Amino acid sequence: MTSARPGPNHIVLEAGEIARSLTRIAHELLEHNKGADRLVLLGVPTRGVPLAARLAARLGEIEGRTVPVGSLDVTMHRDDLRRQPMRSIAATDLPPGGIDDQIVVLVDDVLFSGRTIRAALDALSDLGRPRAVRLAVLVDRGHRELPIRADHVGKNLPTSFRERVRVSVAEIDGVDEVRIEGDL
Amino acid sequence: MRHLLSAADLDRAGAVEVLDVAARMAATQQREIKKLPTLRGRTVVNLFFEDSTRTRISFEAAAKRLSADVINFTARGSSVSKGESLKDTALTLEAMGADAVVVRHSASGAPHRLATAGWIRGAVINAGDGTHEHPTQALLDAFTLRRHLVGEDASGADLAGQTVAIVGDVLHSRVARSNVLLLHTLGARVVLVAPPTLLPVGVGRWPCATSYDLDGVLAGDVAGPLDAVMMLRVQGERMNAAYFPSRREYSRRYGLDARRLRLLPPHAIVMHPGPMNRGLEISAEAADSPRSTIVEQVSNGVAVRMAVLFLLLSAASGPASGPATEIAKEIVP
Repeated sequence: MTSARPGPNHIVLEAGEIARSLTRIAHELLEHNKGADRLVLLGVPTRGVPLAARLAARLGEIEGRTVPVGSLDVTMHRDDLRRQPMRSIAATDLPPGGIDDQIVVLVDDVLFSGRTIRAALDALSDLGRPRAVRLAVLVDRGHRELPIRADHVGKNLPTSFRERVRVSVAEIDGVDEVRIEGDL
Repeated sequence: MRHLLSAADLDRAGAVEVLDVAARMAATQQREIKKLPTLRGRTVVNLFFEDSTRTRISFEAAAKRLSADVINFTARGSSVSKGESLKDTALTLEAMGADAVVVRHSASGAPHRLATAGWIRGAVINAGDGTHEHPTQALLDAFTLRRHLVGEDASGADLAGQTVAIVGDVLHSRVARSNVLLLHTLGARVVLVAPPTLLPVGVGRWPCATSYDLDGVLAGDVAGPLDAVMMLRVQGERMNAAYFPSRREYSRRYGLDARRLRLLPPHAIVMHPGPMNRGLEISAEAADSPRSTIVEQVSNGVAVRMAVLFLLLSAASGPASGPATEIAKEIVP
C-alpha cells in the first residue's frame, strides 16, 4: 500500500481541502443538531483549539449567531503520562455558559489510538454534565485501541502504524497542511 | 529534576515551569470537582520529624487532589521516639513502596542525605530542613508575587524588576534562604532587613542586599521602592541565646505596624510564611490589611505543591540526571 504513494513524506491535505472539510463538518453538525442550538465546541490542545475556533466561525457564518467555543486540556487525565516524557499542561477555557446540558463537540486534529479522547471524556465529566458529546476530527488515521469513533471526519487516512501524521495549522505553524511522514 | 532539595536546584526556566504548572493547577482548584486522576496509584509519604501544620496539610491536600495515596508519618507516636534512625525509617518507607517522600527534619541536610544515600528510590522533596532550606515555600511565595505584581495570566514570566524586602529572623529562617536563592534566579532584587544578630555569617556573599534599617527600606531610601515586604517569624524555639534585648524593642524596630504599612508604595503587598507571632514581627493591622496575602499564600501553597508533585512524579523517569544535580548547592550562586 505504501509503495503506491508518491514518497515517504508527502502532503495529503492542502489548505483549500482543509477549509472545505471544515465547512462540510460545520454543515454536518448543523444538519445533525437541527441548528446551532446548545452547541458548544471544545478544542483539544494544541491544534484542536484553532480548529475548533475556525469551526465555530463557520457555524456562526451559516447560522448568523455566535457559537460558544473553548478549549479542554486532557493532560492530567491521560493514562500514558508515566510512559512518556514530561508533557506541558495547556489551558482549559470553558465558555461562560458552561457545558451543563449542552451538546459538546470535541474537536481534535488527528484521531489515532482514541486515548486522548478517552482522557477528554473523563476531563469533561469533571467539569459538568453535557446532554451529549460528539467528536469531530480533521484526520482519522485508524489503529484505534479503544471503542471510540468520530462523528465527523475531515478525511479518513489509512496509515501504517510506523508513519506519522503531522497536522499544521496557520495559527500555530504558519501554514495549513496535513502531511504523512514516513515509514521510519 | 529528580528531587527538590534546594531552591538552587531550579534554574530560571525550571522555576518558571513550576510556576506555570502551578497556575494551571490553581485553575483546577476553582472547579466544583477539584480532584484530578493524574497520580492515581502513586504513593506520597509525608515524613515529618518536626511540627508543622500548614506545610503538612498543604502537601497532603496537594497529593490527594492529584489522587495519590498519602501516608502521614510524624516522629511523635512513631518508632522514632523509640530511637529509630533516619536510615531505618527510610528503609521502612522504601519497603512500603513510596514514590515520593516529603521530608521535614530539624537537622539541616537530612533531605539531602535521604536523597543521595541510596536508601530509597523515590523522589525526595525538602519540606524544610533545620535552618537550611524550604524550597516549596519559596516557590509559593514567588507564585504569589507573580500573581499580584505581574498579573493573573503571567505564563512564562519571571520576576525581573521586582524588589522584595525580607524582614526579621533571617538567621534561623530556611524560608529566607530559599527565597533569596529563588527570587534571585527569577530576576528580582532582594533586601534582607534584620538586626545584626539575626543575620547569618557570610550573608555578604548571598545574592542580595542587607540593611539594619526597616523604616529606610520601607520608604525606598535603601533599595528603591518596594514591591513586596515579607515578614519572617521570630523563631523563639531555635533561639538558645539572647538575640535582641526584649520583644518590645524588637517589635518597635523590626515589627510591621500600621505606621510602617503606610510607608509602602500603594501597590506593594505584605507577605508572611506563617505561623505569625501577632504583635511581635507583625501587628494585627498589617496582618489583616487588604494588601496582606497571608491567607492567599496558603491556598497558593496547595497549587504549587501539586505542580511539584506533578513534575516529579508524572513523567517517565528520564535518563538519570546524575549526582551533580542532586548535590545541595552552596549558597553562593
